[in-house]
This record gives sequence, structure tokens and C-alpha cells, in this order.
Amino acid sequence: MTGTDMLLEIDGLTKAYPGVVANDAVSFQVRRGEVHALLGENGAGKSTLVKMIYGLVRPDAGTMRLADAAHEPSEPRAARAAGVAMVFQHFSLFEALSVAENVALGMESPPPMRTLSARIAEVSEAYGLPLDPDRLVGDLSAGERQRVEIVRCLLQDPKLLIMDEPTSVLTPQEVEILFHTLRKLAAEGTSILYISHKLEEIRVLCDKATILRHGKVVASCDPREKSARQMAEMMVGASFLAPARAKGAKGAPVLEVAGLSLTSANPFGTSLKEVSFSVAAGEVLGIGGVAGNGQDELLAALSGEALVPAGQVSLKGQAMGRLGPVARRRAGLCAAPEERLGHAAAPDMSLTENAALTGITRQRLARNGFIDWSRARGFAEQIIAGFDVRTPGPENAARALSGGNLQKFVIGREVLQKPAALIVNQPTWGVDAAAAAAIRQALLDLAAGGAAVVVISQDLDELLEISDRFAVLNEGRLSAPRPAEGLTMEEIGLMMGGAHGMHEAHMHAV
Amino acid sequence: MNLAGIDPILLLASLMVAATPILLAAIGELVVEKAGVLNLGVEGMMIFGAIAGFVVGVETEAPMLGFAAAALAGAVLSMLFGILTQVLLSNQVATGLALTLFGLGLSALLGQGYVGIKAPVTADFDVPLLADIPVLGPILFQHDPILYLSIGVVVATWAVLRYSRIGLILRAVGESHDAAHALGYKVVRIRLAAIAFGGACAGLGGAYISLIRVPQWTEGMTAGAGWIALAIVVFASWKPWRVLLGAYLFGGIAVLQLNLQAAGVKVPVEILSMSPYLITILVLVIMSSDRARAALNAPAALGRVFHASN
Repeated sequence: MTGTDMLLEIDGLTKAYPGVVANDAVSFQVRRGEVHALLGENGAGKSTLVKMIYGLVRPDAGTMRLADAAHEPSEPRAARAAGVAMVFQHFSLFEALSVAENVALGMESPPPMRTLSARIAEVSEAYGLPLDPDRLVGDLSAGERQRVEIVRCLLQDPKLLIMDEPTSVLTPQEVEILFHTLRKLAAEGTSILYISHKLEEIRVLCDKATILRHGKVVASCDPREKSARQMAEMMVGASFLAPARAKGAKGAPVLEVAGLSLTSANPFGTSLKEVSFSVAAGEVLGIGGVAGNGQDELLAALSGEALVPAGQVSLKGQAMGRLGPVARRRAGLCAAPEERLGHAAAPDMSLTENAALTGITRQRLARNGFIDWSRARGFAEQIIAGFDVRTPGPENAARALSGGNLQKFVIGREVLQKPAALIVNQPTWGVDAAAAAAIRQALLDLAAGGAAVVVISQDLDELLEISDRFAVLNEGRLSAPRPAEGLTMEEIGLMMGGAHGMHEAHMHAV
Repeated sequence: MNLAGIDPILLLASLMVAATPILLAAIGELVVEKAGVLNLGVEGMMIFGAIAGFVVGVETEAPMLGFAAAALAGAVLSMLFGILTQVLLSNQVATGLALTLFGLGLSALLGQGYVGIKAPVTADFDVPLLADIPVLGPILFQHDPILYLSIGVVVATWAVLRYSRIGLILRAVGESHDAAHALGYKVVRIRLAAIAFGGACAGLGGAYISLIRVPQWTEGMTAGAGWIALAIVVFASWKPWRVLLGAYLFGGIAVLQLNLQAAGVKVPVEILSMSPYLITILVLVIMSSDRARAALNAPAALGRVFHASN
């Protein structure tokens, strides 16, 4: 390979943190104008690797070359000057600032605001990503926020664009527009380093893939020649079972929600508007939708964190709306929220204490107002054994567990309480494939045992895999649930409101 | 009762003098909070500035040197808070409260030999021409230089926060320190600079009390001005012009109620004494009653500990 053909050459890059080697002698190259996928499970070292390229983290050993010059950025500013731009997984945006101000913050020497606004309008139109520079970012949809990040990068004429899990918050139609933009950029000679674990997308978009496992490069391939299954097995290093579901007859309605409306407590949140659905015993209802369309509010209204008029939520005909979380748990309505640390679990408390926090009512862990610690410990051990939670023991703090293990614990804690109805939000977010499969199986088993299960998630593949019926939350409204079997991505995309406010650009892009 | 004894021109002129210490402390705290830091030690930094300014002013007989020393002293004391909260990641509320107690105690110790001494006189600076305007002249343009400086600081803070890149970065750090860090901004350094600015302003405000307003040293002489400054920042929705309004409102009512007391108005003294606090907060609460809009202006990362995760 001649140097002129390669944009980025990484050789033997190593970075160790106390107790874990995040990257172990990683080497790969990216050509000019190539869309290069970086694949791997959570914790495989993808994020650390791109942070080193972007100058946020310094490598312990190894070299990087960008466009035939040594690339040793000491801070993001230096990386940006060298032509590296990055779109972050968790948006690096400021909600209370305008689009133009957000863009200015990501540039080295931004022009005056008025010139910048005009440039934003111009560039965003040219790439089919229209944006109003004066709007507050807090008022934008997730897809539009990502456009702000992309436009911020494009204004710097990057040689290398790094995208960290860019499609996790987009509707299928928005993904299509994004891919169109990326292909256009690649055709113009910009290289793109694309991080994802959505294998079908990588097969459609990327020219080459480098696969990381436990911080090491384990394979590289042409994703167009491999099946998604083959790549998944390279990522995990083993084959794993897809969840199996038993077809059973559905029972009587258990959880009924009628005309549920709730004003969001968050100034940038979405209020629920007239949400109605009913879930029968033994049924899984999947609720999809882009993040920030009322998912958190729906969970709060169902779990009892937010009170609503009594009749709007009922369990087996009993009104639940005015009851708090403890009373709802006692009646059999359990919930597991999205945020593991700080919402579903208290980070600095032990697993025993965390088990007792929600299990105390249904598992009878208290006697005469005093906690029965041996029973609580027993309950925690039951969860750890039943859900394969990898931890030295129940006295460990919740914070010490990896995301996947804590998620298994949090879901297991609710499932083992044998609820009549269980609501979960993003049950497998940021969880590795094997743990995700185990969690999905547990939810299916719970439903098979006669519980009503509501799964709120942004992972459409997950929802189609485990749901009996499927509905979409869009701007606080719930679409009419439809049988999940036979739904296509195209139909789901339309249920999700298509490409938010950008139909015109979409038509133009196709 | 003798209301005729109250001279409206003198009243308005002394209103500005009464409001200046709070104005200085509040505008400094506004910058600190906009950077996402809650420093409850304003009272401590003010009283420390008051004694530092007084000591240097008396010893050198140059009040301006006293003010410079007060600003420096406030900034130095604020760095104690800055290092504890930003570098050693201590809790901001607890550290701020401790700073107030520390400042009160330290200033009482340093001020032992200075009780009962009179401060050197700070010469008024009459703005040429403008000072001769009838009515407006004596109210607005016949004051000491620090009072003009305080208004200048408000204008500068407003303009910098609104129009400059430094201001944008400061607001960004206060809005989301994680995002700012991801973009490569030095969150801790920016916050330390904001804290030092806040400390210097609070120190100046304190010295204004001991060198101009009273002008002598007594223990605990700031008498809660730092707390009122903190309240004004919040109820002014972090807007510099509203801080100016809040401070002048407080100063105005404080002066007016003293005049009313002197005039022998038949209202219990206790009610008159509490009136500046009540009315200032009431007015600003009503102005910021639209919760959604007020929340939009509040720095979202206010009081949260920042720790770079990589």
C-alpha cells in the first residue's frame, strides 16, 4: 500500500486503564473516501479508540498517521485542526443554546454569528439536512439534533469524519437520508469511520469493517460479502441463541390505559396526549419510537412516579392512577426504568439493598417495619443466580457492575416478583448481545407465565422479535397497536412519523 | 411624623450607594453560576474583602489601594473554594457555607485592632458637565468611582455573555460540562476563572461597605448582604439587567425605610426593617413567575460536580 492512498494509518495503538486494557496493539488503515466500519460489542474498545484519534485520550503506545503526517493530538482542538471531526453517540449539544451557537462552539475560529448562520443554512441545504440556525437545540427532535452535529463537522471540511452510533435515535427514513449524505461525502473524498453494532446498516453502507473484541482487532472483512450473522459471531466470538417464544392463547386484559394525558415535568420533555392501550395476560406489547417522544413520561405514568386521574391506568379493572409506586407494586404493577444507575438502582448501595428497595413489598422483606436482611440477601442471591449476574456477591455496590450485568439484575429483580404486569423501558440499551438475548428471553418467559408485558424500546429489531403487538409513540401520542408479525420497516417508519419535518429533503435525496 | 424631611434627590442618590455592594456581589455570583458553579460563600468573601480593603485603605491612606486589595483578597479566598470544589470535587453547597463561616471568623480576627477607626475618604468623581444637570446631576453623576465601576461591570457582563465567544463558552460550560469537555474546552480552568471573578466582585462589594457606605469597620458588618445577592441572582433569572434592578430595588427600599423610621412613621420598626428583603424578592418572583422561561435561562449544570471520565 502506498501512503498516498491511505488517509489514516493506526499501528499498534495501546491504551490501558487500571484493571482493563481498553485497546491492545490495535492496527488498521482507512483509505481516502472509504466508509470504514468499526464493529464490536460494548466494552470492546471502540469508543476508547476513536477518543484517541480525536485527541480526548492519549495512547500509552503505538502510532497514528493522518494524511502522511504523524497524528498525535494532545487535545480535540489539535485533532480538529488536523482534519478530524466527530459526531458523538451521546450528543455533545447544549439544549439552552441556539443551533448557530452550538455550531460555533465546535469550531476553532468561527465567523461572526450572522455569517455563520448563513453558512449553516447553506451547507445544511446542500447536504439535504435543512436546519434553522436560530432555533434552540432543546426544541429539536433527535434527528434534527444529529443534523446539528453533522453540519458542525461539515463546516470544518474534515478529512476524516468519525460517527459513533449515529443511527440509534433515528427513524428508518432518517437513516436513509443520513446514509445518502454520508455516501455523498465519501464520494467527495472524505473518509468516514462508522461505529455501530447494527450489522444490516453496515452491510448497506460500509466498504470495509474492522472488528474489535476485548480491545483487540480480531478480524477485518468486506461487510457486503458477509452475512449479519457471520459478523455478529465474529464480534461475540461465539454463537448464541436467538430468543424462542412459545405461542400461547392470550388471556383477559390485565393492564388498561385509557385517555392517559400527562404534562411533562421537564421543560424539554414531551407531554403525553390521550394514550390508550390494553395488554392481555400472556401478551407482550412493544412500544417503539424515537427517544424523547414521551417514553420517559409514559414509564413515569405507569410506574406511579407521576400521578394521573384514577381511571386512566387500571390493573385487572382496579383503578391505579392515584396510587404511588409502592401501592402499584403491591397490586402487581411493576416497572423498570431506562436509566440503570440512579433511577433503576441506587449506584452506591449494595445489590442486597437494591433488591430490597423494590422487592420489599411483594417479597415480604420487612417484618414489623424492620428489614429482614437475611431474606433480602436471599432475594438478591436468587436474582444473581437466576439471571446469571456476574458479580462476586450481593454485598457489592450496584455501581461496580458492568452495564449488562446491572441491567440483568434490574430486570431480574422485577421479573422474580411475579408481577401481573411489567413495564420496561429500554431493557437492553448498551447491553452486549448475549445479555440482551437473556433479558429478552426472561421477558418472553414472564409473558408465557401469564403476565402482561410492555416493552418500551428504540431498538426496532428487538421489538419485532419479542412483541405480539406493536405501537409507536410519536410526539406524546400512541399509534393504534398492530400485530407485530409481518410489519415491515417501511411501515414502522411511517408509524414513527417518517422523517420528522424533512419530507422534502427526503424526496430530494432519493 | 415628618415626611417633608425626606429629600427625594438625596434619597435617590443614597439609594445607589446603598445598592452598590449587593450589585457587585450579585453580578460576580451571576458569572459564577452561569459557569455552572454554586458558590454560597458570597457573604464570607464580602466580609473578607471588607476587612482587607479597610486595613489596606487605613494603613496606606489610599482608598483605591484598599479596593484593589479587597478584590484580590476576595479572589484569593474564592480560590480556596475553587480548589476544593473543582479540583478536589467537594460538595459545592457545603464548601460554600464553610467559606462564609470561615470568612466571617477570619475577618473578625483580622479586624481586632481596627474597630472604631475612621476610613480614609474616597473622593467623589463628578462627571464633567453631566454633574451640573439639575436633579439628575446629584442623583446620577456625583458619586465615587467604584459606583460607576459597578455599573460598568454589569454592562460588560451583559455584553460579554451575550455577544462574545468567551461568554458563549462560559454559558456552554454551565449548560453541560460533559458536552463542553467532549468538545475540548477546559471546564475546570474556565470555572476557576469564573469563581475568581466572582470572588473579586464580592471583595469589592464588601470593601464598598467598609470604606464608603459606613465607613468604618465593625464585626459582621455585611449583615446578610451576600445572601441577598445570592437570592437576587436566582430571582433575576440570571439576567444582568434584572440583577441591577433587583439590587437597586433592595437598596432603594433599604434607604427609604431608614428615612421612614427617622421620620417616625407609625409602622412597627420590625416590619420596616424586613421590607427591603420582602419586596425585592416578591417583585423578582413575580417577574420570574413563568417557570418554563426561567428554567430555560438557568444554567443546567448548576451545582453539579464535574469529573472528566477519561
